[in-house]
Amino acid sequence: MFRFILRRLLQMVLAFFGTTLIVYALMFAGQGDPIQALAGERPVTAAQRAYLTEKFHLDKTGIDGFFYRYFDYVTNLLQGDLGQSLTGRQIGDILAAAWPVTIKLALIAMAVTILVGVTAGVLAGIRRASIFDNSTLLLTLLVLGIPTIVLAPLAQYFLGVKWQLFPPTAGAEPDLYALLLPGIVLGSLSLATALRLTRTSVAENLRADYVRTARSKGLVKRRIVGIHVLRNSLIPVVTFLGVELGNLMSGAIITEGVFNIPGVGFNLFRGIRTEDGPLVVGIVSVLVVVYLVSNLVVDVLYAVLDPRIRYE
Amino acid sequence: MTQSAVHPTPASPTPEGGHLLEVRDLHVEFRTTEGVAKVINGVSYHLDAGETLAVLGESGSGKSVTAQAIMGILDTPPAVIRSGQILYRGRDLLTQPEEQRRQVRGKEIAMIFQDALSALNPTFPVGWQIGETLRQRAGMSRGDARRRAVELMDLVKIPAAATRLGDYPHQFSGGMRQRVMIAMALAMNPKVLIADEPTTALDVTVQAQIMDLLADLRRDLDMAMILITHDLGVVAGVADRIAVMYAGRIVEHADVRSLYKAPAHPYTKGLLESIPRMDVRGQQLSTIRGLPPNLMRIPSGCPFHPRCPYVQQVCVDVVPHDLVLGDGRTSACHFAQEVRDDSAR
Amino acid sequence: MSDFETVAASEDQAARRGPSGEPGAPNQVGGTSTVTGRPRSLAGDAWRDLRRKPIFWISLALVVLFTAMAAVPALFTSNDPTNCVLARQHAAPSGGAIFGYDFQGCDTYARAVYGARASLLVGALSALLTGLIALTVGMLSGYFGRWVDAILSRVIDIVLGIPLLLAAIVLLKRVASDSSTVRIASVIFVLAVLGWTTAARVVRSSVITAKEQDYVAAARMLGASNGRIMWRHILPNALAPAVVVLTIALGSFIAAEATLSFLGIGLKEPTISWGIDINNGRVHMRESATPLIVPSTFLALTVLAFIMLGDAIRDAFDPKLR
Repeated sequence: MFRFILRRLLQMVLAFFGTTLIVYALMFAGQGDPIQALAGERPVTAAQRAYLTEKFHLDKTGIDGFFYRYFDYVTNLLQGDLGQSLTGRQIGDILAAAWPVTIKLALIAMAVTILVGVTAGVLAGIRRASIFDNSTLLLTLLVLGIPTIVLAPLAQYFLGVKWQLFPPTAGAEPDLYALLLPGIVLGSLSLATALRLTRTSVAENLRADYVRTARSKGLVKRRIVGIHVLRNSLIPVVTFLGVELGNLMSGAIITEGVFNIPGVGFNLFRGIRTEDGPLVVGIVSVLVVVYLVSNLVVDVLYAVLDPRIRYE
Repeated sequence: MTQSAVHPTPASPTPEGGHLLEVRDLHVEFRTTEGVAKVINGVSYHLDAGETLAVLGESGSGKSVTAQAIMGILDTPPAVIRSGQILYRGRDLLTQPEEQRRQVRGKEIAMIFQDALSALNPTFPVGWQIGETLRQRAGMSRGDARRRAVELMDLVKIPAAATRLGDYPHQFSGGMRQRVMIAMALAMNPKVLIADEPTTALDVTVQAQIMDLLADLRRDLDMAMILITHDLGVVAGVADRIAVMYAGRIVEHADVRSLYKAPAHPYTKGLLESIPRMDVRGQQLSTIRGLPPNLMRIPSGCPFHPRCPYVQQVCVDVVPHDLVLGDGRTSACHFAQEVRDDSAR
Repeated sequence: MSDFETVAASEDQAARRGPSGEPGAPNQVGGTSTVTGRPRSLAGDAWRDLRRKPIFWISLALVVLFTAMAAVPALFTSNDPTNCVLARQHAAPSGGAIFGYDFQGCDTYARAVYGARASLLVGALSALLTGLIALTVGMLSGYFGRWVDAILSRVIDIVLGIPLLLAAIVLLKRVASDSSTVRIASVIFVLAVLGWTTAARVVRSSVITAKEQDYVAAARMLGASNGRIMWRHILPNALAPAVVVLTIALGSFIAAEATLSFLGIGLKEPTISWGIDINNGRVHMRESATPLIVPSTFLALTVLAFIMLGDAIRDAFDPKLR
């Protein structure tokens, strides 16, 4: 178990350097004027130019200069120093304010996914080919086929603006109620996937040989399904939910943007729209790290849940 | 430690003249979108306390399905029990409500399966799985169940049982896994043990060990055993009687000695001739021509007729009844006498 | 019951393989009573299954409809989507503009109709490019195995581990040009570079299955070259599952293009894209919702059509999942 975690940790460190190097190279390498590239089409003031030149060591040139700057960037990233956005705010401060909101939103989405998606998935798996099963399958297909950029604005319009069931936008200090609708929208995709995954997994496990054994032991049906089948069929589901939590944190760009929720995704959304290069690079770098760490956690979780992996 | 759980309680007397377990004229179909497969077509056999009955047949002959019908673990649908009786201590299990049948499972009749790796739950330690039956069925505490699980693992000769309680099925070798399976089946001291191809998935050397273990346990714990197999070699040293199945019917039924000496059904004869024998030199091994029948379209008359070297017109037209040959032997063949006489020669 | 169907299907495959697989080998089964019914093919079964599904027909009809819309938009509207007059801002339906006018005073319906072209173009070309990458990588990886497979599988793992939207943002930020051809090409390229992994895995596993079959061994023994074996014997087996995956991918590529355009880093004006229009409509939804709802509906229906079509075909070909 320990060796397994160690190996995964090592892989993650490699992946971290690989990914950040790619991100960095793509953002900066081979540009005519890297500062202008960061700023996009916006005019750059002399003060900004001076700051960026110093910040990214743009006075050094050549391949040496590139790696020098890259390690500088990684060191800063690891120290939590993400530099300033073009608006002059510390990116670290922006993120510190944004994370709690984003995490709250992700947790709401996750709760919806588990409560509705996994439960319905188990039921559909047990009653395969029933009306309930077929209608959930069709419904999840619909949800999976509707992009967030359609779902989020339409939910905002109908449920928020037209019928006024929810606050249409969240604002600066969103409470739980204001986050509920965005949370459901954000979670709907994971919900649909989780439901389908759970259904397939439960249905497959119900036909496994060990279920026959459990029946021949004279166990009651509730225990066979509730303990034996569920323990096995939830392994892939839990793994998926772990990956999804990482995705939800980094993937809320559209939802946070549409509902005006001041989270990490919203800041990235704004950074892209206002062509604020340093802000985009900073947030993307942090999100990549979050993504890598959540993948590591999921792998470890998988090993804890599935003894067959644990002892490999 | 509950004493009663360790040692088998003396078997309550079976009804006068009745058998411990008896299957009567069982018919089972599998209804699928492809059509109806007649899997069991009037199987009858019985088992008395303390004896071993071997049920022999190719895959698809219905031997496992009959066992699953006895256990009440057939998947319905697609399986449908059309008619018949399964009497345990004189009471028909098929007419009992599910809750009552569940009480019989594991406690009165237990079953072990062919592939222990898939038959054991991969995500629970073996000690937990053995103990589960005791906790759930006998109301034992966790500690008692664990101690009893160690005893059971000792009983099936798993070395260093106490240290292996927390191991998972995939950490055991094939033979050891099958022993875990057996220990689990023995947890409630069943009166009948059904072993469904217990050694098929194992190496030849391990096969013998497991068969010996089963024979010893049957004797020591005074159980009756139904041994389901397609391997005539496995049966010889262990069984008292043999029932040979073909296309969902019992085609021959005899005690082991007389069946080996002179099979009275062409199918049994073919099976015997297809295994190599130590005592006959230069013997020509023969095979049974053709393949097992499609259960959706069982041949008319005697279902074995397309493959039978003795086939006559009557075999195509008339379904043979069990012919009683004395010594409790039966054979469902129009020419049972000739076949037996041929074999004895 | 599906157990039996699976068995039947694999038996059919075995039966079809028999004669060509072992040339000269005696047909064991012979004329005995064991042959199960009349021989049936997997594709035939799948087709019979598909024919009965309304979802298949509905999604197929939608795909045809939107493809026609992308090819000949003038069939669906006679209005010019670029003819925008601010005086008509959010004006009510009139003339051919059945859904009225948007914030810029453009015909909402005409813009939605003309938006199909960019979406389908990006979706189809990304899927095509994805298919080429996936077939090449999956084929090499599955056929040659060993270190080729080890390396390519790691590459797949790494690319699969990159969050798609973030990577697309980083990549597309580098494209400075506003020319619509360049932007369309970059979006296609970015989506294909990031999106080929799932299909490659599917191809790889079907190649591995096909490689182990008897007729491939027979072809090799008869001296066929690797290239010929891959092209003639293995590719046909890998193609069907790949096409199913790519149909679904086409739908998600269309969604991804719209999302990127929505964010302002995908396609840009003057290209007409549903993503851009949805974002514009969203901003002004309080004044008028139709400019939001119409392109949203068009986009959702297109994506759904491809995903449902792929899903239906996959279900039909994979009876195990039924």
